[in-house]
Amino acid sequence: MNLTLKIWRQNGPDDKGHMETYPVSDVNPEMSFLEMIDVLNEKLIAEGKEPVAFDHDCREGICGMCSMFINGEAHGPGKRITTCQLHMRSFNDGETVIIEPWRAAAFPVIKDLVVDRGAFDRIQQAGGYVSVNTSGNTIDANAIPVPKRDADRAFDAATCIGCGACVASCKNSSAMLFVSAKVSQFALLPQGKVEAKDRVRKMVKQMDLEGFGNCTNTGACEAECPVGISLENIARMNREYMGASLSSPD
Amino acid sequence: MKLDARIPAGPLEKKWSSHKSNIRLVSPANKRNIDIVVIGTGLAGSSAAASLAEMGYRVKAFCFQDSPRRAHSIAAQGGINAAKNYQNDGDSTYRLFYDTIKGGDYRSREANVYRLAEVSANIIDQCVAQGVPFARDYGGLLDNRSFGGVQVSRTFYAKGQTGQQLLLGAYSALNRQIGKGNVKMYNRHEMMDIVVEDGKARGIIARNLATGEIERHGAHAVLLASGGYGNVFFLSTNAMGSNGSAAWKAHRRGALMANPCFTQIHPTCIPQSGEYQSKLTLMSESLRNDGRIWVPKNKKDAEAIRAGQMKPTDIKEEDRDYYLERRYPSFGNLVPRDVASRAAKERCDEGYGVNATGQAVYLDFSSAIERYGKTEANQMGLENPSREKIIELGEKVVEAKYGNLFEMYQKIKDVNPYKSPMMIYPAVHYTMGGIWVDYNLMTNIPGLYALGEANFSDHGANRLGASALMQGLADGYFVAPYTVGDYLADEIRTGDIDINSDAFVQTEKDVVERIDKLINNKGTKTVDHYHRALGKIMWDKCGMARNAEGLKEAIVEIQALREEFWKEVNVPGRKDMYNPELDKAGRVADFLELGELMCLDALTREESCGGHFREEHQTEEGEAMRDDKNFAFASCWKYTGEPSKAELIKEELTFENVELKTRSYK
Repeated sequence: MNLTLKIWRQNGPDDKGHMETYPVSDVNPEMSFLEMIDVLNEKLIAEGKEPVAFDHDCREGICGMCSMFINGEAHGPGKRITTCQLHMRSFNDGETVIIEPWRAAAFPVIKDLVVDRGAFDRIQQAGGYVSVNTSGNTIDANAIPVPKRDADRAFDAATCIGCGACVASCKNSSAMLFVSAKVSQFALLPQGKVEAKDRVRKMVKQMDLEGFGNCTNTGACEAECPVGISLENIARMNREYMGASLSSPD
Repeated sequence: MKLDARIPAGPLEKKWSSHKSNIRLVSPANKRNIDIVVIGTGLAGSSAAASLAEMGYRVKAFCFQDSPRRAHSIAAQGGINAAKNYQNDGDSTYRLFYDTIKGGDYRSREANVYRLAEVSANIIDQCVAQGVPFARDYGGLLDNRSFGGVQVSRTFYAKGQTGQQLLLGAYSALNRQIGKGNVKMYNRHEMMDIVVEDGKARGIIARNLATGEIERHGAHAVLLASGGYGNVFFLSTNAMGSNGSAAWKAHRRGALMANPCFTQIHPTCIPQSGEYQSKLTLMSESLRNDGRIWVPKNKKDAEAIRAGQMKPTDIKEEDRDYYLERRYPSFGNLVPRDVASRAAKERCDEGYGVNATGQAVYLDFSSAIERYGKTEANQMGLENPSREKIIELGEKVVEAKYGNLFEMYQKIKDVNPYKSPMMIYPAVHYTMGGIWVDYNLMTNIPGLYALGEANFSDHGANRLGASALMQGLADGYFVAPYTVGDYLADEIRTGDIDINSDAFVQTEKDVVERIDKLINNKGTKTVDHYHRALGKIMWDKCGMARNAEGLKEAIVEIQALREEFWKEVNVPGRKDMYNPELDKAGRVADFLELGELMCLDALTREESCGGHFREEHQTEEGEAMRDDKNFAFASCWKYTGEPSKAELIKEELTFENVELKTRSYK
């Protein structure tokens, strides 16, 4: 099949950037979306042009590195899918496909489709952990029983891949789904309870410092999340945050 | 050159504890003045960086990805082994040790493997304390499952995302230290070379991939936790960025590479669909518990399937060849990875392969669906349930067990694996070989360490399922943090490393010259063109089956390809900004040397063991023939300027606690 790609090109953080059009032909429907871009890039290099820069690594939907905004949707058409798992059979012959980077003030563009998601790391560094040293001299793992229901819900929250699709999809560029997933994972487990109040305060504070917007409960984040992180986590984080705000600091 | 693995004296089960009690320590006040560089932030790197920072060292950690959380440990699916014996099925440290030695076909070091088994239980305690959400049963306690090659249930898991959860646990420990300022994290940075001064590792030259800047980082110790080199084959289950460059740079600076030809080819991966294919996706080993592997019994049927004239479901039960069950009746579909992979290749080479390429076999769940459906129907008290009802019930059971894997398969192949068998084919997955290390995980360059998949010590010639995660965390949390002190105790008087020394200046110059050469070459072919060509040579001649003639040809072909690469490669863009093609070019240039050494290693190892199968050394039935008399050693290669002129140094492997036996799964 043949497609017309309109791709955001931006030569470095200070460049203004623009959309550029590339026709691609003989696209095999069995190709993944990123393989289609690989083929385009090989062609561009052969023509002496600069290839399109994009982030990617595992190409099996788990590392969270790929990050394309395709036809107005984070990770393109399809539910619960990352860009690397998207295949060309999801597109029609003759279609025009618009490809942009994640757009958010807190995710500055490095080049073309590559953005800096360091803000996510810094939020985690502010409190996304249980303060236990790695000596191995902890108690036996089975000395901390966790009800299966809590363990399963903590696991579901912990499956967040940190790709940033939630931020890219949100009209406010809010990071609430991402932050709430980590807050929830620990809030649901006995190991995380000790520092729960401190954690939610610190992580929310850092989130605000990074320049992410507020949550207005639109739910676009949940709809576009490739691993199905639930809005329930945002509700839980709000509850945790409210509780922490009303109690005196440690 | 004489190799000393520095294995502590004393009985096997006492070695680690007495060694730990006797190695030298660095006082807290001195730790504050010692710098350690960690390359890679997978399970081994993240856990080591976090642990060392907690102990008080000044740590710098580097990853080429945009965040330490993206390292490829994240993609591990199945689980992590630990000798906890929670299931009361007779597991013990010794059993885990024994299974690992045997699974590795007796080509690993006893003392290291025993220590791995010994600390395994602590890993689970540590991870749970960090809030890693392992699977639990209804009593709230941890659940286990079984993996290939063992007779106990010792695998801890978090659905099909165990690697993700363990890595995020280590990442959280790392984040805590970054937040405290004890670790300085360098994302989007690649190690370009090791600086060796007066025979000791003194730091690294790194490149900021976002800006192209070249940086010098001095350190009293450098830890390589940079993973394996499976991407030398171009197509593998590794991430696109996974590379062997850190290890290869260390090798070029004098570190020995051990057993580089020991590669694990995983039997159950989604087959290649075309030339444009960029990577292969694994389907977890756990699927072989319930899936049956087959090809058509008649060549005509296989041809019809390849031509698209027949569907697998059209082939009658009696016309299917369940070749693993036929050849290995006692282990059936659950033979170890190396055996299953070779058997698939044998059938496809004989012309029985399916898929348009002829390079695929079926993994079929219909028997399991029917079996589970009948059990469910019985439990529900249904009398004479219809076939449809049985299938419906059975599919639900299979979904609960493997749902996410089936979903992944369907996303990639657009085929519903509940209704039609999966197509699978072996793919490169893991490299057992790596940088030679002693018992302290130190390479032969003082101050340079190798952890996790980057080293060679624990898995011999074949790794068992769910053991890679165990080794990464064992090395990073519990081994290296203790053993580096033994070396650093002598470094407390060194003071800050001078990054303006001749060694730093010269190493940086070497790095810059190479980058300039690549970027100014302006040849006619892309980096991927050469990577693909190398991958084909490696797969055809140094893959699942090897022979002397093919390996000799491969060495010549790789040399020619490398020469052409340096003349004809075209790297677009600039060196002073984000340029992934340039990053890739450097990695492929290293693979073009490493591949040659792998072929040399495979050529000199005149036996078949584990993942290394030499066609000249097989029984009449096509089974591997090991040669313990002549090859019970680790092949350690010293760089001499040309990859295939490397000097071989042998580390004899002595087995005092296990008896060497032929592995049989018949």
